[in-house]
Amino acid sequence: MKAGRREFLKLGVAATASAALFPAPTFGQGAAPRVVVVGGGFAGATCARALRQADPRIAVTLVEANATFTACPFSNAVIAGLRELSAQQFTYDRVAADGVAIARTTATAVDPPTRSVTLADGTRLPYDRLVLAPGIDIRWGALPGYDEAAAALMPHAWRAGEQTLRLRRQLEAMPDGGLVVISAPANPFRCPPGPYERASLIAHYLKTKKPRSKLIVLDAKDTFSKQRLFQAAWAELYPGLLEWVPLSKGGNVTSVDAATRTLVTDFARHQPAVANVIPPQKAGHIADAAGVADRTGWCPIDPVTFESKLQAGIHVIGDAAIAGAMPKSAFAANSQAKSCAAAVARLLTGTAPSDPKLINTCYSLVAPDYGISIAGVYAPAGGQLAEVPGSAGLSPANAPRGTRAVEAVLAEAWFRTITGEVFG
Amino acid sequence: MRRSLAAAIGLASIAAAGIAAAEPPAGAAACSGCHPASTRVTSPVPRLAGVDRALIVKAMEDFRAGTRAATVMDRIAKGFTDAEIQAIAAWYATQR
Repeated sequence: MKAGRREFLKLGVAATASAALFPAPTFGQGAAPRVVVVGGGFAGATCARALRQADPRIAVTLVEANATFTACPFSNAVIAGLRELSAQQFTYDRVAADGVAIARTTATAVDPPTRSVTLADGTRLPYDRLVLAPGIDIRWGALPGYDEAAAALMPHAWRAGEQTLRLRRQLEAMPDGGLVVISAPANPFRCPPGPYERASLIAHYLKTKKPRSKLIVLDAKDTFSKQRLFQAAWAELYPGLLEWVPLSKGGNVTSVDAATRTLVTDFARHQPAVANVIPPQKAGHIADAAGVADRTGWCPIDPVTFESKLQAGIHVIGDAAIAGAMPKSAFAANSQAKSCAAAVARLLTGTAPSDPKLINTCYSLVAPDYGISIAGVYAPAGGQLAEVPGSAGLSPANAPRGTRAVEAVLAEAWFRTITGEVFG
Repeated sequence: MRRSLAAAIGLASIAAAGIAAAEPPAGAAACSGCHPASTRVTSPVPRLAGVDRALIVKAMEDFRAGTRAATVMDRIAKGFTDAEIQAIAAWYATQR
């Protein structure tokens, strides 16, 4: 912590010094405008770098407690033993090299009237504009019985890292013939196709390593992302092994008991060998502290600037934002971050932001050589981000296996490219 | 001192040039999530920086019309107007 603080001060001074080299007559008194970005995931790291690229006079500080970022996309492949966690991990070296000061700590409070962020050690960081990219927090207690202690026994693995490895180890330790249960939450939540990709890759693991086992997905919904593609693939690849129980068939998990590894629905009690509870979620806690989260737990924003509808001068991007038709995905976060950075750079110079156009592209693996995708283009309409008509859609329903294999290759390329763009 | 001043002026003029050319047209920035802008990224997805403007426009038109084989571009191309495609292509053609 002490070293992190020293490093931050050093970086902060360096960033201020380099910003001071450039006269900035457009910025009123000539002081470099200050933007603080909280959260160093796909959204925050992208935005911090894009701000520096948009205008190197902007002094950007990224507040992020972790020295290493662990990416969620492709972490389902880690759970299924197809990939190591190290392939998911990235440092902030290149982000810092772009002149972003990194404060390796946690933001604990925001004071909108004085425009300052309070850090864990009490330091206050003043800002002209604040960008919050806190991702998700688990809504502990929303599912009765599911608290932080329960997550050690019934991992959620919905924030990548130790939880990912915990679920993998439980699957590896399970004898052949065991029952695995995944509980999927109601909308909205991070990564809409994620629970179903996870079910697919765990089914692949069981089929190849523990073929007498069974996997049940208990779902709080009747429909889900890429549903017809997943279900067609499950019928082809995992018949009799993977069972999906929708809300209307009693899939909604109403409580859990971690001590006995029990999941309770309206109709049944399940006591699997491995339980993966994907719980209800909300925007990361700083959103609440800043007063930008509404009663849903998520953050309403302006679709052009990503500025909070609840607090002036604070922008929210990524999973924490209510981004209309855009899903909570890494690609959407990256796309939003770049649009937000352009808008913030313009606002700091007193220029009107222009209407953005955003893209989402998301691949899921149903098996290591079987990929499917969803894509869409989004633009502001009626105060929200709406799908541009005709742009959104899935991979074709009856594509040959060759197409699925190509999409599996592109899925990996997608990960390599986006992580390279954000952290490389 | 003189050297560092010269360096600062050099940086400042580079930065000014960067600002002038910086802001991509609507939609262009989102493309680099798949089509890498960074030269440190290797990807089977084609790099667009420096690609001939007419080639990009033709590809987008063919994707939109469904006459070019695609995985996701058939869908994404439908989200852009002719004018937007022209602007994005023109911008990419000048990037390095």
